Amino acid sequence: MTEYGLPLLGGVLIGLSATLLLAINGRIAGISGMLHSLVHPVPNQTYWRWFFLAGLLSASFLLKMVSYEAIEVPLPHPLWMIGLGGFIAGIGTRMSGGCTSGHGVCGLGRRSPRSIVATVLFMFSGMVTVYLVRIFAEPY
Amino acid sequence: MKRNLWAAFAGFLFGTGLVISQMVDRVRVIGFLDILGDWDPTLLFVMLGAVSVTLVLFKPILKWSSPLMVDNFALPKSSKVTSSLIVGALLFGVGWGLSGYCPGPGLAALAWRLKEAVVVLTGFMLGSLCHGWLVYLRRGKQVASKR
Repeated sequence: MTEYGLPLLGGVLIGLSATLLLAINGRIAGISGMLHSLVHPVPNQTYWRWFFLAGLLSASFLLKMVSYEAIEVPLPHPLWMIGLGGFIAGIGTRMSGGCTSGHGVCGLGRRSPRSIVATVLFMFSGMVTVYLVRIFAEPY
Repeated sequence: MKRNLWAAFAGFLFGTGLVISQMVDRVRVIGFLDILGDWDPTLLFVMLGAVSVTLVLFKPILKWSSPLMVDNFALPKSSKVTSSLIVGALLFGVGWGLSGYCPGPGLAALAWRLKEAVVVLTGFMLGSLCHGWLVYLRRGKQVASKR
């Protein structure tokens, strides 16, 4: 059970983060939207997004410094595939209005029909994509 | 300013959650999506933890007359399932599966795998910009056809 204890705890922290942001700020913790505000600032509503992103990033760097070993053997996917994936995900999040955090963590929490549909769909197409990559790109 | 500092604290919690649940590790994410292969259920536990918190706590908070530090809740109002929601979510999944990064972990990965993180975030921002241009072009055409 310890194997999944940390992921569960990490998930709870993510849920608490989203809850805190809603309680304080009345906003959904959607990372894709926050990243988008870096290139398209929202008038009067930009800075809290940047502060959130800075907080997220600093947690990651801080934990790295206390040498938390999170990373296993890297998958040998080429970098272009990672870049292309980012590009397609960037278009997709703008079209659907959210990603794993906005639709997944927050949207499911407020029982939004749109978010439930979106989460099922991106999990599904993600699974199909990983399957196809494994079949056609093996052994990379 | 106080509000921004709270947002930073929330971001800090979020980043801590991502790292200790190993979601910054794309091996974990791709392992979860690989249901027909050597399936790794880690991400399922992360989602379970996160969604069980939001499912319980969002409801009472949304009954407040206002949030603690701003006047109003600003939530997406639409509940319609549109074609752009469907296509967009499917596309997001394809990109997620190809890269192994969704936006949060992609950002957090700057501390762990700089090169991959820079590449995926650059791609993401370009995709985001590109969508903006496409919408702009389409609107331009609509305006032109109305004339």
